[in-house]
Amino acid sequence: MSKSINIVRSTVVPVNIENIDTDQIIPARFLKSTSREGFGKNLFRDWRYNNDDENQPKADFPLNDPTYKGKILVAARNFGCGSSREHAAWAIKDAGFDVVVSSFFADIFRNNSLNNFLLPIQVSEAFLQQLFETVAKDPAAEVAVNLEQQTITIVASGAQETFEINSYKKTCLLNGYDDIDYLLSMRSEIEAFEAARP
Amino acid sequence: MGKTLFDKIWEKHVVKQIEGGPAVLYIDKHFIHEVTSPQAFKGLEQRGLKVLRPQQVVATADHNVPTLNQHLPIKEELSRNQVQQLIDNCKKHDIELYGLGHPFQGIVHVIGPELGITQPGMTIVCGDSHTSTHGAFGSIAFGIGTSEVEMVMATQCMMQSKPKLMRINVEGQLNKGVVSKDIILYIIATISASGATGYFVEYAGSAIRSLSMEGRMTICNMSIEMGARGGMIAPDDITFDYMKGRLFAPGVSQWDRKVNAWKELYSDEDAVFDKEININAADIEPMITYGTNPGMGIGVTGHIPAENEIEDKEKPSFLKSLNYMGLKPGAEIKGKKVDYVFIGSCTNSRIEDLRLVASFVKGRKKADDVQVWIVPGSRQVEKQAIAEGIDKIFEEAGFQLRQPGCSACLAMNEDKIPAGKYCISTSNRNFEGRQGPNARTLLASPLTAAVAAITGEVADVREFL
Repeated sequence: MSKSINIVRSTVVPVNIENIDTDQIIPARFLKSTSREGFGKNLFRDWRYNNDDENQPKADFPLNDPTYKGKILVAARNFGCGSSREHAAWAIKDAGFDVVVSSFFADIFRNNSLNNFLLPIQVSEAFLQQLFETVAKDPAAEVAVNLEQQTITIVASGAQETFEINSYKKTCLLNGYDDIDYLLSMRSEIEAFEAARP
Repeated sequence: MGKTLFDKIWEKHVVKQIEGGPAVLYIDKHFIHEVTSPQAFKGLEQRGLKVLRPQQVVATADHNVPTLNQHLPIKEELSRNQVQQLIDNCKKHDIELYGLGHPFQGIVHVIGPELGITQPGMTIVCGDSHTSTHGAFGSIAFGIGTSEVEMVMATQCMMQSKPKLMRINVEGQLNKGVVSKDIILYIIATISASGATGYFVEYAGSAIRSLSMEGRMTICNMSIEMGARGGMIAPDDITFDYMKGRLFAPGVSQWDRKVNAWKELYSDEDAVFDKEININAADIEPMITYGTNPGMGIGVTGHIPAENEIEDKEKPSFLKSLNYMGLKPGAEIKGKKVDYVFIGSCTNSRIEDLRLVASFVKGRKKADDVQVWIVPGSRQVEKQAIAEGIDKIFEEAGFQLRQPGCSACLAMNEDKIPAGKYCISTSNRNFEGRQGPNARTLLASPLTAAVAAITGEVADVREFL
């Protein structure tokens, strides 16, 4: 998995469905792997295939439509609710996405994404609608993301929003650090904390 | 200004507050299971590390375990492999494992409380969203991802931003036939499946205080279904009475000192929450869900919203959901035939749930064309049920009492609801495919599930009481 992320410029894959839970992103029966890799092929499994048969893709599902491709997944409100399974973030990343855009993310999914260098960008409802409308008109429309400046831009129209990200997390993503590296450097402080407890 | 219950526990666990960033939060107890831990162990080993505080970690196998013939090797290879890796990893890292065959085995959120491992004032995490269950004891408990599991294994700490705080007050007397599951389904239907995202919820009010510990666990368990990071309830005498004498609870010599400390765990009168919601207990009916997220719930005598009752923007997802469920806008749900009844999961598989079901079905028989699976939450629950003769009541009713595990809540084992079939389930999620590809789930209380088992359809328990 690639570490560090800053500029992403890409066409987008729109999945205009609300309340997408992590059971849809990766169904439970695919959680039996003991590695972090290979989940991409089962991303949105039950929405992608009829009768769970890879020879019967559902033509109308965006991931099966060759018109849509790119490194940015755009979904409707309340993305990633439900189970805490990090496999959902692994599956999205493994399927080639670096950014996921929605107007609202569930907390655990957001953390899991950030821990895997998958950037969750929360935009306004209005900007999200603009995004969906833009891609519907022109699937080749590009979107530019700049993490350093915290902006997301529809390239053709120039429509832009800034997005929020915790400054600590931003530094991690820009530099390829993870939380564990940081916490490991705190070993003596953690031991001192333990020693001082009643 | 006063402090909230959450503040009091949080402050005692902050090792360091990062300027403009998260806190380094110390974790007292880490529960692990076979599904979300293997990659964490692997990551740890790649870094050349051991688990830092193995005595603060407790492991069990629950998601993949069969509920029949647990003495035999697990048939399905991938499930068997995942459980075996847990065994190997626990051995390598000196972690106590309550695996298959162990008298303490069971669903991770059932065994923690029943063994007295879960205690007030603790910080508790697990790679499972329903970790919020443990908040019923007045602890900060929440679900985490696998990277965070690895983090806690390596450092016994987590990077965590302090969430916003919400209090939900449920005041008054519950109606006949209404139990704690109905309260939480009602709350989620009221505020929606994302209504508490970004918040940690404290449940308060006389209706909450009146609940047993097991009832409180059901409420906290489903906090995640409205997006909350976790739910909690201030400990009181009901909490202490429940805990006293449990295996890993503080012993006699420490008991009074501990209880005195726990009695400080409540939100001060002048504590301020970011949001407060008031619910009148008398408004709550026995509840049932009709859609594909837990917020799509109604009173059992109510009707599914008609199309004109739904905002235009919400219509596509509403209709998609009803299409999946094979239900019509505006229809009544009462009288809907069901094919399966599943009583189990970390929400409703405890001894009180089984007792409640048994008290209703005693002397009655299940409807002919309904399959009824009762899956206890743990070996201890199973043992207790047998000791009380509940197994006989189920047998006479034609119910199948199976062995402990997560089972048909998420169907990672062999217990799957076939495509197109309707299941009344006491579990926590009615997501598409949750109980098996194209299975249709109606969430309800154990009591409403018991009535469905007898009548073969969605029924109003109040007509039978």
